Amino acid sequence: MAIWNITSPIEENILKKLRAGDSISISGVVYTARDAAHKRIAEALKAGETLPFNLKGQTLYYMGPTPARPGRVIGSCGPTTSGRMDSFTPALLATGLSAMIGKGERSTEVKEAIKKQRAVYLVTYGGAGALLAKTVKRAEVVAYPELGAEAVMRLEIEDFPVIVANDMRGGDLFKQQIAKYRRW
Amino acid sequence: MREIKAQDIAQAVARLAQKANYELGEDVLSALSKAREQEISPIGCDALGRLIENARLAKEESLPLCQDCGAAVVFLDIGQDVHITGGDLYSAVTEGVRQGYAEGYLRKSMVAQPFSKRVNTGDNTPPVIHAEIVPGDRLKIAFMPKGGGAENTSRLVMLKPGAGEQGIIDAVVSAAREAGGNPCPPLIIGLGIGATAEKAMVMAKRALLRPLGWPSSDPEAARLEKKILERVNALGIGPLGMGGAVTALAVHAEVRPCHFASLPLAINLQCHSARHAEVVL
Repeated sequence: MAIWNITSPIEENILKKLRAGDSISISGVVYTARDAAHKRIAEALKAGETLPFNLKGQTLYYMGPTPARPGRVIGSCGPTTSGRMDSFTPALLATGLSAMIGKGERSTEVKEAIKKQRAVYLVTYGGAGALLAKTVKRAEVVAYPELGAEAVMRLEIEDFPVIVANDMRGGDLFKQQIAKYRRW
Repeated sequence: MREIKAQDIAQAVARLAQKANYELGEDVLSALSKAREQEISPIGCDALGRLIENARLAKEESLPLCQDCGAAVVFLDIGQDVHITGGDLYSAVTEGVRQGYAEGYLRKSMVAQPFSKRVNTGDNTPPVIHAEIVPGDRLKIAFMPKGGGAENTSRLVMLKPGAGEQGIIDAVVSAAREAGGNPCPPLIIGLGIGATAEKAMVMAKRALLRPLGWPSSDPEAARLEKKILERVNALGIGPLGMGGAVTALAVHAEVRPCHFASLPLAINLQCHSARHAEVVL
């Protein structure tokens, strides 16, 4: 299992090298979106509207932060359960989304779409929102401000820790690891 | 009759909301440390280390442990000799939630109209209040911020009485297996066994308030808790579902008599960020 320092948006030649189980430290830009934003993005795509931000080649982080205290960049900002975005994800991948960061397993449809669209699903540490806040250097709302904590934000991150959960060759961290430790 | 001012209740709730969201209990912290020693998966071990570090940082910097500051679940044990003055009790609790979430920079996650517009109420109200009348002249308030990811994996199973102990074990193990990493393991598994459907679920939630790892005072229930814990930890799900030996830290079961046709089983899973704070007024 390799350990990588990579930049987001993630270049294609790096994306294809990532394997389930790799530990990665990401720096660069990611966009946040959770339930309500996914619904809005899906509706916009269906209506043929232009999105308020370009998803192509980008990384989405499933996260809605706590409010930032004065003088701070962001509040706590750990991942939310990715499975709730599953029904929206194949359409987003089809528009060119490259990477997703969240927590928990994805559906079979999403794993297939990841292979087909040559993308990657990364997981970070659920319930470590205070720790992850340290890696966020800048945060601004770029779409759907009316959604509050669910608005789309552009984050600049530095050494944000993730593990590759699903890669484009069908590698699956959860399946591999759980099978290793199951005792019956 | 002892008087308690509604205003004091609101203030207490506001303080508890912040304390619960910033500070993990010593019982939870020591269970996480113990889990880290027991965990055999390197990824799981590393994850537990990060969670312990997260708790240290959250407390030190008054940052929420988790961005999901939960639905505000409030348990009130109201002494029958208490008289609330200067306002009504539930409004005071609601006001406390409003103040606590605003002053504490906590995330407001409540939406009105659950199946239609889902507009955020803006202040994390309304709280979910479970009140019980108890002997005495005190008011005990327990505040539990309950995150959505873990709550979504709750289950109510109305077992056939013949299913017995094995039926309970199988149902809980299957709930934990299907939940996988989604409820943020290592878990505390709250169980309500017996009573009726709605009561069983409140028992399951209340069981999560028990100091972590204390067995049930009922020896039969304590044995069942132990058996379930062993089975769940054999699933291999591990910390955050990334594989390992520690999927649950504890099983807390509350048991009550039930109708002879029924065997209600309520399952309420608690994430590793097992937050709650209490005060007695």
